Amino acid sequence: MDKFETFTGIAAPMPLVNIDTDMIIPKQFLKTIKRSGLGVHAFDEMRYDAEGNENPDFVLNKPQYRESQIIVAGDNFGCGSSREHAPWALADFGIKVVVSTSFADIFFNNCFKNGMLPIILPQDQVDLLMAEAEKGENARLSVDLENQQITTSDGTVISFDVDAFKKHCLLNGLDDIGLTMEKEASISAYEAQAAQSRPWV
Amino acid sequence: MSPKTLYDKIWDAHVAHEAEDGTCLLYIDRHLVHEVTSPQAFEGLRMTGRKVRAPEKTIAVPDHNVPTTAGRDTHIDNEESRIQVEALDKNAKDFGVHYYPVSDIRQGIVHIVGPEQGWTLPGMTVVCGDSHTATHGAFGSLAHGIGTSEVEHVLATQTLIQKKSKNMKVEITGTLAPGVTAKDITLAVIGETGTAGGTGYVIEYCGEAIRGLSMEGRMTVCNMAIEGGARAGLIAPDETTFEYVKGRPHAPKGAQWEAALNWWKTLYSDDDAQWDKVITIRGEDIAPVVTWGTSPEDVLPISGVVPAPEDFEGGKVDAARRALDYMDLKPGMPLSEIEIDTVFIGSCTNGRIEDLRAAAAILKGKKIKDGMRAMVVPGSGLVRAQAEEEGIADIFKDAGFEWRLAGCSMCLAMNPDQLQPGERCAATSNRNFEGRQGRGGRTHLLSPAMAAAAAVTGKLTDVRELM
Repeated sequence: MDKFETFTGIAAPMPLVNIDTDMIIPKQFLKTIKRSGLGVHAFDEMRYDAEGNENPDFVLNKPQYRESQIIVAGDNFGCGSSREHAPWALADFGIKVVVSTSFADIFFNNCFKNGMLPIILPQDQVDLLMAEAEKGENARLSVDLENQQITTSDGTVISFDVDAFKKHCLLNGLDDIGLTMEKEASISAYEAQAAQSRPWV
Repeated sequence: MSPKTLYDKIWDAHVAHEAEDGTCLLYIDRHLVHEVTSPQAFEGLRMTGRKVRAPEKTIAVPDHNVPTTAGRDTHIDNEESRIQVEALDKNAKDFGVHYYPVSDIRQGIVHIVGPEQGWTLPGMTVVCGDSHTATHGAFGSLAHGIGTSEVEHVLATQTLIQKKSKNMKVEITGTLAPGVTAKDITLAVIGETGTAGGTGYVIEYCGEAIRGLSMEGRMTVCNMAIEGGARAGLIAPDETTFEYVKGRPHAPKGAQWEAALNWWKTLYSDDDAQWDKVITIRGEDIAPVVTWGTSPEDVLPISGVVPAPEDFEGGKVDAARRALDYMDLKPGMPLSEIEIDTVFIGSCTNGRIEDLRAAAAILKGKKIKDGMRAMVVPGSGLVRAQAEEEGIADIFKDAGFEWRLAGCSMCLAMNPDQLQPGERCAATSNRNFEGRQGRGGRTHLLSPAMAAAAAVTGKLTDVRELM
């Protein structure tokens, strides 16, 4: 996994609440056995008409948002299924950060496994960033994970919280299976104890 | 000892390692696997030379992609679907995990197969690369969906990196009125909490109305915990649970059964346990419900009318406007006047034998409305066989329903069972998202009995009028 580094990018405003994983990546694209190449299908049914032509009104099709690296979203972004194809599609499109007041649990976890940072902020701060995002390429946002800060183009600084372990993994691009395997002794000890206490499992 | 919730007890029994910041390695007792969210995980194992740590605790079954029509055991027309199913065949064989291929009568939706075969037991941790893993919480097991990276993590280490969620109690008091089912309970709860109301929590459902449910009904309730945003839903095991589990192929036997039972009987929330959030709903206040919009929280009693965007606040105003446009509904229209052209009975929410019985009870001696496309997709080959033995299959077929083979089918429309643009479906599944059942398709969620009633009248219907 690539290390998450400080960057400055365009933020796309997506104020709709409850943007679900079927919207982010419809089921017909789940038939792949790969992780790559899904960016072109991100938000497929909002982004393209039934014939596959771009819908010019959809935010990521507008000239000023085609290179977006950040999404500022309405409440409960990523609700629905566990499909990791959703963060795969967003990451493949080039999205590194999603900001919202809330995220669905599984989507939230899936982001971190793919080098993406979901940021939870209070409503007033999301509103502020949404207004910034509306300005398109004229108002790029900087995201600094190390210092847990978003800086707007006029210098406004917004701090955010992030789980310390998840931050560590993102900043260092760590594979958490490898980290867990370092705790092999604990897992084996647990298994030995469980074989005694719950032998039917 | 400080009082604990059921969730606390199961959590504590599965912590294999805890870091200073509270990040835990949670040991996983059962890992269920299907063809859509696992290929990349197995590929990851191959690339790193890793093995499946506990193949004996790993159970695979194809369900999402598989056609529900005859001949699928020899050929699947859609090439991508076929490749995914073949990949699961190969991965199950190469890595030595338990496997139920489409040719096996025990094949079905992973969340129906697990309990049916006795893989799911009280007090376990159960995960699957599928959000509706919450279903297994009905047994008092901690069960939730994970992404594909986590599938790979569990395959390799039999653990998950987790932080503990908060405790939420949802109590349904009293008894349910006739015509009101587990599906109405779970939709009514989401209507109350919203789809993000459970975010950050594990829900325990309790109360007299929950106690009164069969295991099938409890699975329906827990199945949609995820639609309320919760990590998992739980119901404390009791005699109903033990009775269901006893004698199943992978349930403990003899002395191990007794030992298991002794522990299972300790799995309940202590009287003075602390809850971070409590919701109480009177069972008597729950009516048969349907959804009108494109989120499971868009739920109303069938006696209601389509709401107006202005009835909502904040971001929901625009979402409701968009939903009404997508669903082609006008505010003020009675829900019972919404005409439908398709009925889907099945899914991990409502594809069990009790669901089919409830629908058949309404359909007996009746025909579906002319021009209606109606299908029943049993949740497993064994549910299908039982329904045939009980004569339920004949009731469906005589009424005009298609009688299909087991799978996820039109719940998520990854196989050929899909809605066409503009079609409107009464569905017993769990999501009414835009395009969920096919691009441009419109979904109204409801109970099996309500779906049967709609098939007969051609519109959303209060099932109590047909009882």
